[in-house]
Amino acid sequence: MYIFVILMLVCVIHEFYFMRYESETVINNSYNPRQTILASRNIRGSILSADGEALAQTVKSKEDGSEKRIYPYANLFSHVVGFSTKGKTGVENIGNMQLLNSHSSLGSKISNELSSEKNIGDNVVTTLNVAVQKEAYLALGAYDGAIIVTEPDTGKIIAMVSKPDFDPNEIVDIWDDLVDNTESSVLLNRATQGLYPPGSTFKIVTSLAYYRQNAADVSRYSFNCNGSFTYEGNRINCYHGSSHGSEDFKKSFAKSCNSSFANIGVSLDLAGLNSTCEDLLFNQDFKLDYTVANGKYVLGTNADSYDVMQTSIGQGKTQITPMQLNMITCAVANKGNCMKPMVVDHVESYEGNLVKQYNPETYAELMTEDEAAFLTDLMTEVVKTGTATRLQNDNYTAAGKTGSAEYNGNKADSHAWFTGFAPAEDPQVCVTIIVEGAGSGGEYAVPIAKRIFDAYFASVD
Amino acid sequence: MALVISDLSKYVIVIFMAIYTLEAFLSFAIRSRGYLEGLYYRQIICMFIIHFVSFAAICLETSDLSYIVFYGFQQILLFAAIALNRAIYPNVNKLLLNNMSMLLAIGFVILTRLDYEKSIRQVTYAAISLVLCLFIPLAVNRFQDIIPRFGWVYGAVGIVMLAGVLLLGVATNGSKISYTILGYTFQPSEFVKILYVFFIAGMLYKSSNFKQVLLASLIAGLHVIILVVSRDLGSALILFIVYVAMIFIATNNHFYLIASLLAGAIGGIMASRYFSHVQVRIQAWRDPFSYIDGTGYQITQSLFAIGTGGWFGMGLYQGDPTAIPYVEDDFVFSAIAEEMGVLFSGLLVLLCLSCFICMIYVCLKLKHQFYRLVSAGLAVTYIFQIFLTIGGGTRLIPLTGVTLPLVSYGGSSVLTTLIMFSIVQGIYAIEAEEGERRIARRRKKLQRRREKEYFETEEGEEA
Repeated sequence: MYIFVILMLVCVIHEFYFMRYESETVINNSYNPRQTILASRNIRGSILSADGEALAQTVKSKEDGSEKRIYPYANLFSHVVGFSTKGKTGVENIGNMQLLNSHSSLGSKISNELSSEKNIGDNVVTTLNVAVQKEAYLALGAYDGAIIVTEPDTGKIIAMVSKPDFDPNEIVDIWDDLVDNTESSVLLNRATQGLYPPGSTFKIVTSLAYYRQNAADVSRYSFNCNGSFTYEGNRINCYHGSSHGSEDFKKSFAKSCNSSFANIGVSLDLAGLNSTCEDLLFNQDFKLDYTVANGKYVLGTNADSYDVMQTSIGQGKTQITPMQLNMITCAVANKGNCMKPMVVDHVESYEGNLVKQYNPETYAELMTEDEAAFLTDLMTEVVKTGTATRLQNDNYTAAGKTGSAEYNGNKADSHAWFTGFAPAEDPQVCVTIIVEGAGSGGEYAVPIAKRIFDAYFASVD
Repeated sequence: MALVISDLSKYVIVIFMAIYTLEAFLSFAIRSRGYLEGLYYRQIICMFIIHFVSFAAICLETSDLSYIVFYGFQQILLFAAIALNRAIYPNVNKLLLNNMSMLLAIGFVILTRLDYEKSIRQVTYAAISLVLCLFIPLAVNRFQDIIPRFGWVYGAVGIVMLAGVLLLGVATNGSKISYTILGYTFQPSEFVKILYVFFIAGMLYKSSNFKQVLLASLIAGLHVIILVVSRDLGSALILFIVYVAMIFIATNNHFYLIASLLAGAIGGIMASRYFSHVQVRIQAWRDPFSYIDGTGYQITQSLFAIGTGGWFGMGLYQGDPTAIPYVEDDFVFSAIAEEMGVLFSGLLVLLCLSCFICMIYVCLKLKHQFYRLVSAGLAVTYIFQIFLTIGGGTRLIPLTGVTLPLVSYGGSSVLTTLIMFSIVQGIYAIEAEEGERRIARRRKKLQRRREKEYFETEEGEEA
C-alpha cells in the first residue's frame, strides 16, 4: 500500500521539479497561447545592458496609443538582442516570458486597473556591456564575421557581434528582402550558428590530446621544420611556406607550425583524439539559451594519414562555431571548468525590484586543472614570441591562439581567427574572433582582440 | 479592480488550502476526540472560505450576478451534505466527509470558470448523487451479510455492461465508452469499477485457494481485455492494478504479486506493439514537442498551462486553460494548476492522498475479510485513477484519458466516486459496530473473570 503513497508523492515532486527547473524553457514556446494573453495585459518590458542602458524598449505613441518596439542602438545589438516581431530571436526570445510578465507593485497594478491602463512588463537585465559591444562592432569593421566576449569565471556574455547585421527597428520593412536573399544570411547569428573550419585554433585540441597521451614526454618533444612535412607521400606546408627551424612543443604551438603539428597528429592515438574532441563539446547538442550549432568532428579511427594531418592542423572536415571555441577557451582560462554562457543576469520589475536572479553555473568540466595550465602556458607563449605578438603591452599579459582557416580549397582565401584571454595569470575576459575572408589571424584578428581587451579593462576600471 | 481581487484571492485560497491539508494529515496522528472535533470544524471553515473567495473572484471577473445564486445553491448543497451525513450517521468518518465536500467544491469552482453550462449540469448531478448516496451507508450496514454472497453476479453484470458498450456504444474520441439512454450519456466503465471490486472480494473472502484465485483472474482478465478492445486504456489499467492489489491482500502471496505484475508487463508490451493507439500515446509522451501540432498537442498545452501559471497561478480567469482540449474531463488538474497555482495543485494531490489513507485505514482495522478487500479495492481504484490523470497531465506517464474523481466534469464519474465514498462510510459503520462488539466482549470477559476470581477467593476463605 505504501507504493501508492509513494506514487502520489512522486507526482507532487515531479510537478514541482517541472515547475522549478523545466517550465521556463517549456512555456517559452510559440504554441503557448498564454503569451498573447500576457501581451494584451502588459506592455512588453525593456531589455537593459548590465549598466542599465535600454537596448530594447516599448514606447506608446501619443496619438493613437499603439505600441512600438524601439532599439536605440539600431544595428549594434541586432543579433544578440534580436527582435520580437516576425518571430522572436536573441534576448527577445530568451527572455520573452519575463518581458511579457509583470511584477509591478500592487499599488501600480491597482491604479492601472482603475485607469484601464496596461501594466508594465518586467525588465530583463543582460550581462552585455555597451562600450565593449561598440568597440567589437567597430573593430570588425566592414568584414563579415563574429566576435564573442565572455567572462570565463562566470560565463557572462559581455558582447556578441555578428556581421552582416541589420537594423531591428526596421525588421518589418526589410523582412522580405532578408528572407529572399538566401546568400548573405543576414539573420544568422554567426557567433552561435556559424560553422567554420577551426584552422590553427584547433591546435589547442591537438595539443590537449597529445598532452593527455604523452604528458611526461612533452618537454622532450623536438621537430625540425623546413617549411613542410611529408608523411606516407602526403605533404603539409607551413603557412606561407615559412620554415621554423628547430623547435620544441611550445615553439611549435607559438609559431603555429603546421609541419610540426602534422607530425604530432600522425603520432596520436586517434581514439584518444576523438574522445578529447567529445570532451571539448564536438558532436554534441548544446543546451544553452541561444541556439548553438553542433561542432562537427568526423575523423574516424582508421582515417588515412592525409586526413589525420589535415585534421590536426584544423583543416579537414572539422567545423566549429565561435561560441564553442569561446567555451573551450573559457575552460582553459578557468582551470578546465567551462561555465554556462549566460546573457540574462536578472529580471526586475519596471520599478527596479528584483524578480529573479540568474546565477552562474558550470556547464561542463572540459579538462583538468593541470591540462588547463599546460594550455595556458602554450597560449601565453603565442603572445610572447609567436603569432600574436601584436597583443603585447605594458598593462596586461594576454594569452591566445591565432588561426587562418582556409576555405573553398583556395589557399589565398582564409578566415582570420583569434581566441584568447587576459590577463594570462588571472583571466577576467575571454575573446573569440573570426573575420571572414580577411587573411591571417595574427594580422587581422589579433588587433581586434587588442582593441576589445583594452575596451574591457577600461570599462571595468 | 477585478484583476487585483483575483490576484489577491489566489494567495488567500492557497493559504487556506494549506491549512486544510495540514489538518487532514494532523488528524491521523491525533487521538483526542475533542481536538479532532474542533479540527474537523476548522476544515469546514477553510473549505467555505476557499469556496467563497473563489466565487467572489468569479463574480467580480464576470460581473454576472447570476453566479451569486449559483454559489448560494452550491453552498447549501455542500452544507446539507455534511450536516445530513453527520446527523444520520454518527460513526461517519468526518475527514473523508470533509474531503469529499472539499473536492466537490474545488471541482465546482474550476468548472464554473471553465464552462458555466457544464458546471450547472455538474452541480445537478452532484446534488442527485448526494441524495442517493445518503442511503448507501445504511444499505451496506443493513445488508452486510447478504452483499458478499453475490460475487459471481457482480462479475457477470460487469462483463455484460462492458460488452454491451463495446457492441452498442458510441465512440467518443476514439474510445467506445458510453451509451446514450434517453438523451443521457452514460459511461458504464465507471460503475463497473465498483462491481469489479465487489466481484473480486466476493470470490476471495471465504477462501483464497488457487482455484478461487484462478477463477477471479480469468474473469478479471476478461474485464481488462474488453476495456482494452474498447480503447479505454485508463480503465483497463486501473482494473488491472486493483486486481493485483486485491489478490495480494487476500492471499499475502508474493508469487501471485510477481506473476500478475509480470503478466501485466507482457500485456503492456504486447499492447504497445500491436495497438497503434497505444503507440501514439507513448510517442506523444516521450517527445511531445516534436508532435506539437498533432498527438502532442494536448500534453504540451497542459505543460504550458502548468508552467505559465507558476507557483501561485495566474488567478481565476487570468489564464487560458480552455486552450487544452477536453480540459474539463481529463485536464482539470492542469487548469487548476494554471489558475490556482502549482502549490495549490500539489496540495490537492495530498488531499486525495489523505482520502486514500482514510479508505486504507478502515481496511487495516476491520476483521470482516469481504469488507477489508472491498475497502482496499476501492482505495486502490481511487488513488490509481488519480495517479493516471495527474501523472498524465504533468507528463510523468503517458496520457490515459481518465478523470480526476469528484473534480472533473462527468455525471457517471461523480456518481461512481460518491458511491465509492459512501460504501467506505458504510464500512466505517460496520467497523464501528465490530469495535463496539469487541469492546462489549472484552468487558463481558473481564466481568466474568472478576466474578470468577471473586468466587474463588470466597471459596478459599471458606476453606
